[in-house]
Amino acid sequence: MKKLLSSKLSKNYMITFGIVIVGFIVIQLLIPTGLLSSTFQGLLVNLCYYVILAVSLNLTVGILGELSLGHAGFMCIGAFTSAFFTNAMADSIESDFVRFLIGLVIGTVAAGVFGILIGIPVLRLSGDYLAIVTLAFGQIIVNIFTVLYVGVDSHGIHIALTSEGLGLEEGGKLILKGAQGITGTPRVATFVIGIILVLLTLFIVLNFINSRAGRAVMAIRDNKIAAESVGINVSKYKILAFSISAALAGMAGVLYAHNISSLTATTAKFGYTQSIMILVFVVLGGIGSIRGSMIAAIILTLLPEYLRFLQDYRMLIYAIVLIVMMIATWNPTCKAFLAKHSPKNWFKKKKEVK
Amino acid sequence: MDFISYLINGVSLGSIYAIIALGYTMVYGIAKMLNFAHGDVIMIGGYICFTAMSASGNPWLGIILAVIVCTVLGVAIEKVAYKPLRQATSLAVLITAIGMSYFLQNLALIIFGSSPKAFKSVVPFEPLVLADGALTIKAESIVTVICCVVIMIVLVNFMKKSKTGAAMLAVSEDKGAAQLMGINVNRTIAITFAIGSALAAIAGVLLCSYSPTLTPYTGSMPGIKAFTAAVFGGIGSIPGAFIGGMLLGIIEGFAKAYISSELADAIVFGVLVIVLIVKPTGILGRPIHEKV
Repeated sequence: MKKLLSSKLSKNYMITFGIVIVGFIVIQLLIPTGLLSSTFQGLLVNLCYYVILAVSLNLTVGILGELSLGHAGFMCIGAFTSAFFTNAMADSIESDFVRFLIGLVIGTVAAGVFGILIGIPVLRLSGDYLAIVTLAFGQIIVNIFTVLYVGVDSHGIHIALTSEGLGLEEGGKLILKGAQGITGTPRVATFVIGIILVLLTLFIVLNFINSRAGRAVMAIRDNKIAAESVGINVSKYKILAFSISAALAGMAGVLYAHNISSLTATTAKFGYTQSIMILVFVVLGGIGSIRGSMIAAIILTLLPEYLRFLQDYRMLIYAIVLIVMMIATWNPTCKAFLAKHSPKNWFKKKKEVK
Repeated sequence: MDFISYLINGVSLGSIYAIIALGYTMVYGIAKMLNFAHGDVIMIGGYICFTAMSASGNPWLGIILAVIVCTVLGVAIEKVAYKPLRQATSLAVLITAIGMSYFLQNLALIIFGSSPKAFKSVVPFEPLVLADGALTIKAESIVTVICCVVIMIVLVNFMKKSKTGAAMLAVSEDKGAAQLMGINVNRTIAITFAIGSALAAIAGVLLCSYSPTLTPYTGSMPGIKAFTAAVFGGIGSIPGAFIGGMLLGIIEGFAKAYISSELADAIVFGVLVIVLIVKPTGILGRPIHEKV
């Protein structure tokens, strides 16, 4: 029985990994033929970090069962710490790529550490209160990154609220310039790196779900008191899942920061609007379904771009699509109607006739 | 004197938050959903008032029209988007509300354009000058505070004394049992949305008189802050929304004046985090009992 279960699971995993790898190969083959528009090619890295964000948020929302509205805040931490590192070390380490790799580790770890720090107080709450506190933390993070000035010189790192307050010595470098953010980050994030990180994320999340810890987390989600009574350490596993999710969001942030030349902390990019955007991917893809969030992230990132010909009506149509999809999938009448007329049934009926 | 003027500023901002938060908290208490589109109803109210005022020049016409349009809009939103999802999970309803919020923002963007509109204050009075000019109180501040207190008193009495208010309380307590007692649940929820949206229209007019630039995104940040205010005071509780809104406004006013205007948002949200961690259901919230 156990073997059967695990083989079924691994088959399921292989399909998820297969989709990513096949998608990658197809795109790589199509690029030289010129069939892909330049808009699409420009979106490839974006797709990667949105997939990572959606999959990692699904760990919090689907597996842990807590609604987080501050996911983009962790992305913000990853983006800023790694961009700071790659800029600060520009003179010491020659290769952009090596700096990016170290920055990747730093950004991921920083976001993970903040995940633990924020998780400890936040995970004591539940439901809508937890949601609003994560939203608040996300806004606090964004707000702090818009007012901080951080520079580096031979004495180390200087942090202040104004550029004069830093007291940098000559030859020192001002890196984070308050609301202007960080400029001049090397744009080393490529589609190949993005896909590798997506695969890494899937590997971590899928293995976590199927591990002892993952099962403990799901037990807590389904019934906290029952889980507690069989000896599961509730806070430990909650914080573990939350911080893994945060660290992966930080990784997506690193990818984001190294894909654009100027990084600014605005609410639209890292605040609650972005967090909600990621949540939309997760909910539309199916809560708890990793493959679903992946596919929803891809479709919903491409949709607004391909609706550009509608100009001003673009986001209006997007909003309507969102509402209609939610009603179609959740309204009992609509659900029954769709189930009755789904293409799957057509084949079934034909078989019965035979 | 500076202190008093900051305090008055904070109280009047807090009154606006409180009026918005009342709408949030009523809808949450009765329909058990976070209506993210509430902030955008405020913005629509502002635009309707602006358009009516620039066409006729009469502020009263603007206010009345804004209230009527927003009430109809609120009920329509509930009917089209939220009612089909009565039985769905709260996350699905949340996403629908977010979709509604995008819809309203982009609708306003298409109809009214993205350039900010300069809103003319609806309050025709001169500012009140006290203590030989050392203290100036804007007439808008006084009107806002009075509006908020009146709305608050009327709402509390409405909930306590009227039959509809009793029905609302019953629905918020237990939907199924309320239905068995012959209460029309759908109608009660529709009325709640109507009241909440009418309050949003008033809040929109007051907000735009207080800070006179109007864009399609005007409502979203005050909406989120008012929502935090509602949670702050204990979501679902009407006096809680009032207290939460006032405290939030005063904290924001003082943070802007004494600490840093750029860090004000971080401070407001920081205080919220601390309050919720110390008292997880807000100031006036009822404690949640866990059942085995």
